[in-house]
Amino acid sequence: MLEVSRLCKSFGGLKAIDQVSLWVDEGEIVALIGPNGAGKTTLFSLIVGFTKPDEGTVRFFDRDVTGLPPHRICARGIARTFQITQPFVRLSVLANVMVGAYHTTGRRHEAEERAQEVAHRVGIGEQLHMRADALTLAGRKRLELARALATRPKLLLLDEAMSGLNPREVGDMVQIVKEIRQTGVTILLIEHVMQAVVSLASRVYVLSNGRIIAEGPPAAITADPHVIEAYLGHGAAARLSQGGARA
Amino acid sequence: MNRRHLILVGIGGLALIAYPWVFRSNYAVDIGFLVLFAAYLGQTWNIAGGFAGQTSFGHVVFFGVGAYVSTILHATYGVNPWIAWPCSALGGAIVGWLIGTLCYRAGLKGSYFALITLAVAEVGRIVANSLPITRGGLGMLIRADLRAENFQFKDPIWFYYIALVLCVLAMVIAWGLTRTRFGARLAAIRDNEDAAEALGVNAFREKVKCLTLSGGLCGAGGTVYAQKYLYIDPSIAFSIDKSVEMLLVTLIGGPGTVLGPLIGSGVLHFIGELTRDLGAMLPSVGNPQPLSIIIYGAALIAIVAWLPDGLMGLFRRTVGGDRA
Amino acid sequence: MLTPEILVAGLVNGLMAGGIYVLVAVGLTLIYGVLHIINFAHGSLLMLAMYAVFFLWRKPLGLDPYIALPLVIAGAFAFGYLVYRALIGHFSHGKDENILLITLGLSIIIDNATLFFFTGDTQTIEVTYAGRMISLGPALVPLGKLVSFAGALLLCLLLGLFMTRTDMGKAIRAVAKERQGARLVGIDVEGVMAISYGIGIACLGAAACLLMPTFYVSPSSGHAFVLIAFTIVVLGGMGSFKGAFFGGLIIGIVESACGLWLGEQLGQIGIPLVFILILLLRPSGLFGAAR
Repeated sequence: MLEVSRLCKSFGGLKAIDQVSLWVDEGEIVALIGPNGAGKTTLFSLIVGFTKPDEGTVRFFDRDVTGLPPHRICARGIARTFQITQPFVRLSVLANVMVGAYHTTGRRHEAEERAQEVAHRVGIGEQLHMRADALTLAGRKRLELARALATRPKLLLLDEAMSGLNPREVGDMVQIVKEIRQTGVTILLIEHVMQAVVSLASRVYVLSNGRIIAEGPPAAITADPHVIEAYLGHGAAARLSQGGARA
Repeated sequence: MNRRHLILVGIGGLALIAYPWVFRSNYAVDIGFLVLFAAYLGQTWNIAGGFAGQTSFGHVVFFGVGAYVSTILHATYGVNPWIAWPCSALGGAIVGWLIGTLCYRAGLKGSYFALITLAVAEVGRIVANSLPITRGGLGMLIRADLRAENFQFKDPIWFYYIALVLCVLAMVIAWGLTRTRFGARLAAIRDNEDAAEALGVNAFREKVKCLTLSGGLCGAGGTVYAQKYLYIDPSIAFSIDKSVEMLLVTLIGGPGTVLGPLIGSGVLHFIGELTRDLGAMLPSVGNPQPLSIIIYGAALIAIVAWLPDGLMGLFRRTVGGDRA
Repeated sequence: MLTPEILVAGLVNGLMAGGIYVLVAVGLTLIYGVLHIINFAHGSLLMLAMYAVFFLWRKPLGLDPYIALPLVIAGAFAFGYLVYRALIGHFSHGKDENILLITLGLSIIIDNATLFFFTGDTQTIEVTYAGRMISLGPALVPLGKLVSFAGALLLCLLLGLFMTRTDMGKAIRAVAKERQGARLVGIDVEGVMAISYGIGIACLGAAACLLMPTFYVSPSSGHAFVLIAFTIVVLGGMGSFKGAFFGGLIIGIVESACGLWLGEQLGQIGIPLVFILILLLRPSGLFGAAR
């Protein structure tokens, strides 16, 4: 469904994304992990049109969408959430979600109905009339999700939807994401919270220094020495396998 | 809007309609006109600046273009001013479309946008000051022929009602913005343009539409001014003071609200009258008018510092709960 | 008929006018170009400084404007610092848009206060030796204007050096580049902003002393200078003093050329047009870093 081929992006002299290729099949939940600064959010930006790649292509349902502006990407059926939540601060929660809902309809009460339905599904149905900036972090994360969902996407890109949440909130979010997938939405998520990655993803890509260094099911990835090195530093994999509990 | 609001609006509307009958003096009717007219122009600014967050410092350019279009058509080419009136609106809309397309294509936002609109208004003033067709600095006179078919009236009460109708029209449009997809998108763009784009909003297109609408309505105001005072010149038609007034009544009343510009205009003119009366009482004061304008400047700072949502914001917080 | 003499005279006059404009813009280059404080009150504050020079020159004080330079500069710095601390820094809540509106309000207050207290009359001062005409080729230029030109060059050089060679200059550049980071290394960001604003206004003080001998002041002077100053800052490339110097000269020449070519009325269109075109086509200006 989504096919990213040999994407490259440099900022100044720094190669932020270097020949990255990945694919996501319809109905999957795929995770993108990697240490801080690996370029995960940059990769998302390239896919959804916030930044234009220097080289490489992005294809969605076999149509080239490389470099299209964000609103056209959304029109094609790809929606994204932001790592640092970006609510429309002066609007109510309902109005926020309605902006997304208006993507597929021009009529106010249709948009309102859709927004309410999505909001309830995601768990912020009780806060519809609050101002967006009055929400807790967990609430704002759900709002990000609801807004993107309201646009009826086929592919949802979640950027660290779990970050900053406590374990119980993470559990709730994981449940919501599972339910979203059940409604037929494919999901590609950036995540640091391994609990979520393991519970949700069928496949994981690992990005480090702008390159994909590993790909596979979660269990294989967590045991992969390259991945361990990327997170914990040079030689850590060897130390871990030698020392066991002592490392 | 619930029943209580409807009743309040109804009472307010009746009061405005009855006003010139209760206070019959020419002076009172004139003040009424000024308040409503400033509210109308402020509402046109509100559409771009309040609802969409596009703070413009040069909105007077639409007003000036409108005033000159209808005056040139009428005074020079003999077109009936009622027919020239929509041409003014069209002129304002075209200028709005042009400015929007050029500026937003170039990605100009925030203070850059404000300054460039100022420069555009200045260009308007200079052009009007230099062309033979606008009679340059001499300005243009409309021959007084106080009959309704010439869009001139003996009794100023007629201009009061025209201003009232325009004001109501603009408020209806603003109210429409709060209930439609277009308005929701503008609000999203105002609060977070990137997030809006990610949700499928074509920010460029919506902003251009917004400025076109705002410019057209503002241009229509130019004709009314010209027909009431029967004289325009570049310093009147493109005066920065008018831009500031439009901005000020909206910010004081409440940007992005329907009633904001009307309330702001009322408050502003009330302050103006008050300072004028006080100033007249001071013995050595020659011209008290700058005093009121000084207060306007202070009011602007105060609003930015303490009441960024204007008086409507204050009202909502103390009375209305948190209907966003 | 545009003879070579007229063209050269136009060029020289444009350069001289440009020198004056540089003086006005140099402070804004620091305030707006470097720190992005949109100081809409820049023209009005210049006008205030010029009135100060006027009152210092008038009996009973009778101070020559060139001698009054250090006094006016110090006073202007203090005033600017206070305005920032008490007004801009305090009320803007850190948002750019708010600063624009606050300084707009400030300019409205200053313009109308001067109108109220000093009436709308234009005021000039008489500095006899500044009126002595020097001939530069076919053009006759008052000595005062040459002094302004030299002053403008000197000011640009001094500020350029200040920004690169002094600790305060480095602190300012740090704040401009990365406000939060500067805070984290212990720089008093609000203090630096206030000092920078003060320095920018101090430049206006210097400009006022150099301008008054050959110019005039009236309550509407503020308006005229604001757009010119912003145009030069943007044209030169935000934050570049070299850019401000050449930008100012270019603007002076453009104004002169437009006046010759389009006539006195339409010629005024040159400066706002340059502003619009630069923002639309090359917002980084001549010497600024590409955005």
